[in-house]
Amino acid sequence: MCLAIPARVTAINGFQAEVEIDGLTRDISIQLTPEAKVDDYVLLHTGYAISVIDPTEAEETLKLLREISEVY
Amino acid sequence: MKFTDEYRDPELGRKLVDRIRRHSTRPIRFMEFCGGHTAAIFKNGIRQLLPDTIEMLSGPGCPVCVTATADLDKAIALSHLPDVIITSFGDMVRVPGSYSSLQTARAQGADIRVVYSTRDALAIARDNQDKSVVFIGIGFETTAPAIAASILQAEQEGINNYYLLCLHKLCPPIMKTLLYLGEVRLNGIVGPGHVSSIIGSHPYQFIPDEYHIGCVISGFEPLDILLTIDRLVTQVEDGQPGVEIAYRRGVKPEGNQPALRLMETVFEIADANWRGIGIVPASGLRLQAKYRRFNAEGRFDINTGTPHEPEGCICGSILRGVSTPLDCPLFGETCTPEHPVGPCMVSAEGSCATYYHYGDSNDR
Amino acid sequence: MTDRVLLAHGSGGKLSHDLIEQVLLPLLDNPILNTLDDSAVFELGGRLAFTTDSYTVNPIFFPGGDIGRLAVCGTVNDLSMSGAVPEYLSLSFIIEEGLPIAELKQIVTSIGETAAESGVSIVTGDTKVVNQGAADKLFINTAGVGVIASGVNISAAYARPGDKVIVNGNLGDHGIAVLSQREGLNFRVTVKSDCAPLNHLVADMLDVSATIHCLRDPTRGGLATTLNDFAQQSRVGIIIEEDRIPVDRAVLAACELLGFDPLYIANEGKLVAVVAATDAGAVLKAMSQNRYGANAAIIGEVVAEHPGRVVMKTRLGASRIVDMPVGELLPRIC
Repeated sequence: MCLAIPARVTAINGFQAEVEIDGLTRDISIQLTPEAKVDDYVLLHTGYAISVIDPTEAEETLKLLREISEVY
Repeated sequence: MKFTDEYRDPELGRKLVDRIRRHSTRPIRFMEFCGGHTAAIFKNGIRQLLPDTIEMLSGPGCPVCVTATADLDKAIALSHLPDVIITSFGDMVRVPGSYSSLQTARAQGADIRVVYSTRDALAIARDNQDKSVVFIGIGFETTAPAIAASILQAEQEGINNYYLLCLHKLCPPIMKTLLYLGEVRLNGIVGPGHVSSIIGSHPYQFIPDEYHIGCVISGFEPLDILLTIDRLVTQVEDGQPGVEIAYRRGVKPEGNQPALRLMETVFEIADANWRGIGIVPASGLRLQAKYRRFNAEGRFDINTGTPHEPEGCICGSILRGVSTPLDCPLFGETCTPEHPVGPCMVSAEGSCATYYHYGDSNDR
Repeated sequence: MTDRVLLAHGSGGKLSHDLIEQVLLPLLDNPILNTLDDSAVFELGGRLAFTTDSYTVNPIFFPGGDIGRLAVCGTVNDLSMSGAVPEYLSLSFIIEEGLPIAELKQIVTSIGETAAESGVSIVTGDTKVVNQGAADKLFINTAGVGVIASGVNISAAYARPGDKVIVNGNLGDHGIAVLSQREGLNFRVTVKSDCAPLNHLVADMLDVSATIHCLRDPTRGGLATTLNDFAQQSRVGIIIEEDRIPVDRAVLAACELLGFDPLYIANEGKLVAVVAATDAGAVLKAMSQNRYGANAAIIGEVVAEHPGRVVMKTRLGASRIVDMPVGELLPRIC
């Protein structure tokens, strides 16, 4: 139920959007994330985007993970 | 899958586990408040990998599990009314109510349809104008904005056969309640990832301020969860509890403002009935007066009688973290996924179901 | 010929006769069927395998196949999983009145083509037509018979510790392809059903190994159910590795989206083989050279520990149980 998965926005028409995840496409609503743009990645939950994923933060987290796993 | 696979790297995972093992020096207990975390922790075998010093407890984070029997009985009663179509998220359908379940009602002829989105429920309402379509609204703040959007859309389109059985609940109030009850000593909280995408991180500030333990908001992939545990352990070892966002790609401190505004337009805070806990003030949502015409409870006369809790089921104390499924005499014997007694065994995110499906051989 | 199936097409009179002569016979043509006797008569020697199945898939046309192809593949595969060479099939239709004849023709064409591909003959059949609402478009029942060569002994009870577990390719394609066509689920994938007859693949495998202990096609309930069946009937444990299980990325995405686990999704062109370790390499090679063995992989092994239980080693190195599925995950998927 808390399932929300990252999907890439491929088309926008008002609050309707099409997203794509590894070849699967779906029609969703971006009413909760009106700032979403084509090629953004959003978190998809019950047919709505609930957040636009920040790629910089995503990369920062990966960097952090790599760093701390090296430090004693 | 982008933004998913990278956080499943086994090499990094093993190193993180080593790091946690090295740094955790004393027995500590963390509780997560999100059914998605319960499922992820078990699916990935995280408990097995953690040192014995760390105990992970599941809290009341599974929306299906915390739905009170009395409320489920209302849904079942609604399903038996003529010309009513019930739309619901999947897991609700198999949960036993006092005397029946939505699944049983369906076998008896009730029109009950599983949907993945309120958008589907609205479509069913448009296609069945001679029927009333009731959406069973469960979920926390992750889901409530989408439900709010569906109410506004129904209003905008003039859809007048769409109703909501509003059983939505809120996360920070129940966290507050459990911490206040103090039944279990916790050293930190794994904050719900997608609830926080909506509400941000500020609502959890009371946790370190009043209870002096940390809350680290976590993502759902194995590396996300391990990172969160590492941060919680560090906070404990350093004696510096605080609210942190470990799930930075999905959560901003201020949350999702458009979503919050939608919620505030349609809903207001109300008391809610939590299974195993009872009525908790200001812990749920109800429709605001101007949207009350969408309220299923107002529209239909529902008679359910006194709710009857299943004999011997300890779902309540499991939801409060006081017991684990292994403490339940029914677990794995009379209560299994094939014939569940309580909701924690039905929902894919329920403690009992995850212990049963994914647990190691010792858990049976 | 009318453009829709009528009740009269099932009642044995002129219209029934027309349906058989004009639609069914031409597309299923073989000498035994063409006699149109009440029973198919043939000689078949040796140890026989016999199977029956009903097909209620909804929708009846889906990406990668239709209920007709499914019916032949399902029957051929059940026989093949016992190590039998499939020979003859029966075919019964229960048709809802109003089904367009064009759709029926398309399905029977599929049946004919799939039968030809497998090398089997549909030798006897029956057609009933029921009132609108008494069936959902079309239900099919089949039975099939085949011959098991001497020396071939395959059963879910024969797995032994040390054996390897092999699958012939990507899991979950059929279930997801069918689901994507269902109302209300609202997703599109280019994944097609893997619906395929596996008898030639099994023949290739039997050619290189006499120690194939178990074979089963993981249809409803998916890989997890099949492995649990093996573990319980052979009273052994099975360990599989998450990393090695082949799944198409779009199928994984659909599973994440819908909250499913690919291990539980139906397949209609896959088999799970339990093979003695010494032969595993040769069997894998033979499989990957067959058109239905692309992405064949060894995914695990049989152990003496935890008999009756299937365990999966996750990417992170932890272990978790792979249980039997509960309830109707995906109704009318095959």
